[in-house]
Amino acid sequence: MKRKTGTAGSTEKQRRISGSVGRKALFRKELADHLSSRRFLILLLLIATTSFASLYGAVSGIADTLADDSSYAFLKLYSSSGSSVPSFMSFIALLGPIVGLALGFDAVNSERSNGTLNRLVAQPIYRDAIIVGKFLAGTAVIAAIIYSVGIVMGTVGILVTGIRPDVEQVARVLIFLTFTVVYIAFWLALSILFSVVCRHAATSALASIAVWVFFAMFMSLVANIVANAVYPVDNEYNAMLNSLSNYNLRAGLNRLSPYYLYSEAVSTIMDPTMRTVNVVTVNQVVGALSSYLSLGQSLLLVWPHLTGLAALMLIAFGVSYVGFMRQEVRSN
Amino acid sequence: MAQNVIEIAHLTKQYGEKTAVNDLNLSIREGEVFGLLGPNGAGKTTTILMLLGLTEPTAGSALICGMNCTRNPLEVKSVVGYLPDNVGFYGDMTGRQNLRFTGRLNGLDGKELEERIDQLLERVGMTEAADRRAGTYSKGMRQRLGIADVLIKDPKIIIMDEPTLGIDPEGMRELLALIRQLSEEDGRTLLISSHQLQQIQQVCDRVGIFVDGSLVASGTLPELEEQMRRDGGFLLELGVQPYDDRILGMLYQQPGVTNITREKDRFLIASSQDIRGDLTKFLGNNGYTVLHLHQRGGDLDEIYRRYFEKAGQNDERDNFEKKNRHGWKHRKTEAH
Repeated sequence: MKRKTGTAGSTEKQRRISGSVGRKALFRKELADHLSSRRFLILLLLIATTSFASLYGAVSGIADTLADDSSYAFLKLYSSSGSSVPSFMSFIALLGPIVGLALGFDAVNSERSNGTLNRLVAQPIYRDAIIVGKFLAGTAVIAAIIYSVGIVMGTVGILVTGIRPDVEQVARVLIFLTFTVVYIAFWLALSILFSVVCRHAATSALASIAVWVFFAMFMSLVANIVANAVYPVDNEYNAMLNSLSNYNLRAGLNRLSPYYLYSEAVSTIMDPTMRTVNVVTVNQVVGALSSYLSLGQSLLLVWPHLTGLAALMLIAFGVSYVGFMRQEVRSN
Repeated sequence: MAQNVIEIAHLTKQYGEKTAVNDLNLSIREGEVFGLLGPNGAGKTTTILMLLGLTEPTAGSALICGMNCTRNPLEVKSVVGYLPDNVGFYGDMTGRQNLRFTGRLNGLDGKELEERIDQLLERVGMTEAADRRAGTYSKGMRQRLGIADVLIKDPKIIIMDEPTLGIDPEGMRELLALIRQLSEEDGRTLLISSHQLQQIQQVCDRVGIFVDGSLVASGTLPELEEQMRRDGGFLLELGVQPYDDRILGMLYQQPGVTNITREKDRFLIASSQDIRGDLTKFLGNNGYTVLHLHQRGGDLDEIYRRYFEKAGQNDERDNFEKKNRHGWKHRKTEAH
């Protein structure tokens, strides 16, 4: 019997049937896809442009900023806003989600509609390798964008202003960037979730943008309305009675929003004068030293925020993981 | 006698209320080309997905080369190649890159992989188009690349889901030749699902007819024909001159005739035995001229049609059900 590609099944022995082979191949492919895509270029351009706009603003206003308080000058490159340009921190909080959403909104449903998904699942790989590979590749791309832009920005800032950062400030910036990666990875996980649930890429893109707009713009309004309804502060008597509960409820609701959670956490990390994220009474401040918070203490303050963000990310990814594993493969 | 490579026993799959596959029993021998025939929505794709361990059966089991398809999907998928209907590729990658990716998923790499890709591209006649982006391929080219993609892992068993759909006649001829080649030269086992009988008829060793989740018949074509006769007797088309009522009464007198119906200018005579010989003699003696005489049941088309009638089916109803299955409501139940 003449055989053209060797005996059927002859390479079986050499072939390792293990999940890690497939996972690696998938990760490589997804990463290559992202890096060579036009989408990635656009996102990089978007982030780089806004970063440098905000850096320009910060540098041009840095003299005024430093006149008030000249310590931690390096951090101010990231956190201070100059003439009418928002700071890097607030830019990233607002635009970061776009990066995550753009990388993930068509992760699964485009494979499904292109008919590549059923070809993929017929290969000897574990099914979860597909979605894990997509998430990890997306996160790697996010990390690459954020760290490189953040570091380049700091370097340019140093060159332009001549500020010399100490180790603590550099550490604070790195922690800030790490927070940012986790924050954006949450949005990536969310958009992957929508891409599992929605059959059309357009639907999942719209749905994830809707969630983003809601959290970025309307959540604080909703929190206000609810807090004022539950603990009214409309007259003096009520205000005296309710202001603390009102504030706590409002902050609690706001912290459900990843946008708020992230903003609060990074502004604490990047501003050593920030001593608390909650209300303190005058009594509690008595005897406190008027100094900057050390890095460890700042970190301690926002540790719950980091945990919360990471948990949100894992929940979003976990739900999409389970959804994907239970879903029918057939495309019609 | 070759051994069975696919062994399906009491395989059942239910989606909520609807039974997609009902107590399926089937064995496929090594080196065989088996055609799974049935209308849309008969449960062919569901069966295939269960064979690949992509859908869990409600009951029963499927074994491929002795491995349980539900428990050891990875081992099964490393010996089974699957060509889905409407196969798709990553449009931004070239055909070659797509194949390379599949090869890597199968643990191949380096020179061995490149050589195999070249070989397979040659074999399916895609060498020239290999470095074009897959997004520019026509349906027929995608199909050919799909076959190369399946062969990358050098599978013992190849499952094709509706491979003949939307292929032009020339492509069809090449595809069928390739299927024969895969079976005869490579010694691979093929399972082909289709609702297009004419094409499948030419390449299959055995066929199974699948209606509404049940396998109503299986065997070689002559076997099916034989079985048909035993169940339903013979069906004879007869056209005579003159075409009058007297002949009808006389035909009923013939031994073995059980029923006669009129169809345009012909009689359809059902009988329990072959009456052709007696009938022509009888008609000749009585001054009738035979214009048309045809024994039905010889081709797969007829067998197929008869089995559907037997199972109380028609294509339209099935299509309707399939359409319904696309609906949201059903998808929700499928997910559970």
